[in-house]
Amino acid sequence: MTRTLLDPSSERTVLQRERLARPSSLEGQVVGLLDISKPRGDVFLDRLEELLIGAGARVLRYKKPTFTKPAPVDLRHEIATQCTLVIEALAD
Amino acid sequence: MSQPGAPTLPDGLVVVVKRECETCRMVAPLLGRFATAVYTQDDAQFPDADAIHDADLSVSWHHDIETVPTVIRVVHGVEVERIVGWVRDQWRAITGVADLGDDLPPFRPGCGSLSVDPDMTDALRAAFSGHTLKSRRLELADLDDEMELMFDRGFTDGLPVVPPTDARVLRMLEGTTRAPQDIVAIVPPDLVEVTIEKIAINAVMAGCKPEYLPWVIAALEAVCTDAFNIHGVLATTMPVGPVIICNGPGTRAIGMNSEGNALGQGNRANLTIGRAVQLIVRNVGGGRPGEVDRATHGNPGKISFCFAEREHDSPFSSLAVSRGFSPAANTVTVFAGEGPRCIVDQKARTAAELANVFAACLRTLHSPKLVLAFDAVLVVGPEHARVLADDGWDRDRLISELHARLQMPGTELVHGALGIADGVPAHLRDVTLPKFRPDGILLVHAGGSAGLFSAMIGGWANGEMGSQPVTKEVLP
Repeated sequence: MTRTLLDPSSERTVLQRERLARPSSLEGQVVGLLDISKPRGDVFLDRLEELLIGAGARVLRYKKPTFTKPAPVDLRHEIATQCTLVIEALAD
Repeated sequence: MSQPGAPTLPDGLVVVVKRECETCRMVAPLLGRFATAVYTQDDAQFPDADAIHDADLSVSWHHDIETVPTVIRVVHGVEVERIVGWVRDQWRAITGVADLGDDLPPFRPGCGSLSVDPDMTDALRAAFSGHTLKSRRLELADLDDEMELMFDRGFTDGLPVVPPTDARVLRMLEGTTRAPQDIVAIVPPDLVEVTIEKIAINAVMAGCKPEYLPWVIAALEAVCTDAFNIHGVLATTMPVGPVIICNGPGTRAIGMNSEGNALGQGNRANLTIGRAVQLIVRNVGGGRPGEVDRATHGNPGKISFCFAEREHDSPFSSLAVSRGFSPAANTVTVFAGEGPRCIVDQKARTAAELANVFAACLRTLHSPKLVLAFDAVLVVGPEHARVLADDGWDRDRLISELHARLQMPGTELVHGALGIADGVPAHLRDVTLPKFRPDGILLVHAGGSAGLFSAMIGGWANGEMGSQPVTKEVLP
């Protein structure tokens, strides 16, 4: 007799998406920087903004209400529709 | 009286018997006078060769036969009347045979049906109602070790789990009145809808008994609220996880420990309820260490941290009552907390002296320089509670006395003060700041009867911007 166990997981399959091709230059790109609301994160992002503008990009700044929760759906939508590039990074 | 999918019984009078039953043997000679069909559970030749052998007990299980002999009157395929055991008057009435059993005693009780034999019920439930479970089946090859398979698939917290078979999961589901496909919550971080069935599977794996299941469901509901914010509790680098504090008479009914070693090992209900919640967050929600769980150190309580309040001899009103619930209600309160730390004072003989040491220890929570950012659970041990009660201090008095002792001068809190870099900005030097927000101390009475000790459990980023304690009622 076949032995079976019940799957305790969500039974989801992770979707794999291809990354978009990287732009050859930052000139004319709109870059989004998201402040996650941790202390002194703005110091780091201010410097990053300077460098990006120096490289010809336009920078839009966003801020999460709290670092403890994911960015709200509306904010994610706003970033997706307004930016051509997002710098994604994790730090603490 | 019958389960869905039950085999149809022939019209007339149907009798279910087993040879092992003395009462069945006694009435066996009578059956030929009226029975349309006789189903036998154990011996295919009993009472004679015309009997229908209910070998897999399908008829008995589906028609809820609890006692043999059972006589059922069937009209157009539907049961209209049933009697059990031997009661001569009832048998005469249902059969219409006036002299039935003249030489038999007027009454003799029947025996238990094989289909309700405790050794058989799990297998029968699995055989006949297993199709109601919707989860994917994982097939094991002949040489597969089921314990190893659960590790290999990433389903465990690092300890072995009980393999979730159909029989075990169906038995677990007997612990709740809720339907298996009811959706209980949306589990972060993957935001997956979790059903009662998935909760039951993980509760089996954690080692729960069915009577613990309502507690797991309530704790999971609490953990998955926006107020508790399990996503943040997982994602933080701090060493916190859900601390589950149980209140109400049900804690004793299911055998929870609120006394000696309540916060430690050794009690099945305490350990497995907390573990089940964490397994669901892992397996259904996708919250795993090294992925969304970014804890720098973590703490052993992230396997399970669940205990009951010692209510029966507490001088304080319970945590649940302080949060607006009735003393008769069964509740779980979830708190995002680290591991417990011991507060020792074996000399204090007054409530004020004890409050002094509590405050001095609570002040150091996470750092003596950090204020207002974190809540705490103070677990007062019975010997300390007695000192407080002797001076007439109740819950509110103790908490207000602690807040009064935890007003910190800014000079001790600013950056660099006490030789510690961390702290509040310099402009707050002349301000007095409280260590805790007004509702930031949760008081619980628990622990063994001996030992002048208490314990404190530090929290995580508090309030709307972090995690708030959440209490839910445990419902059947």
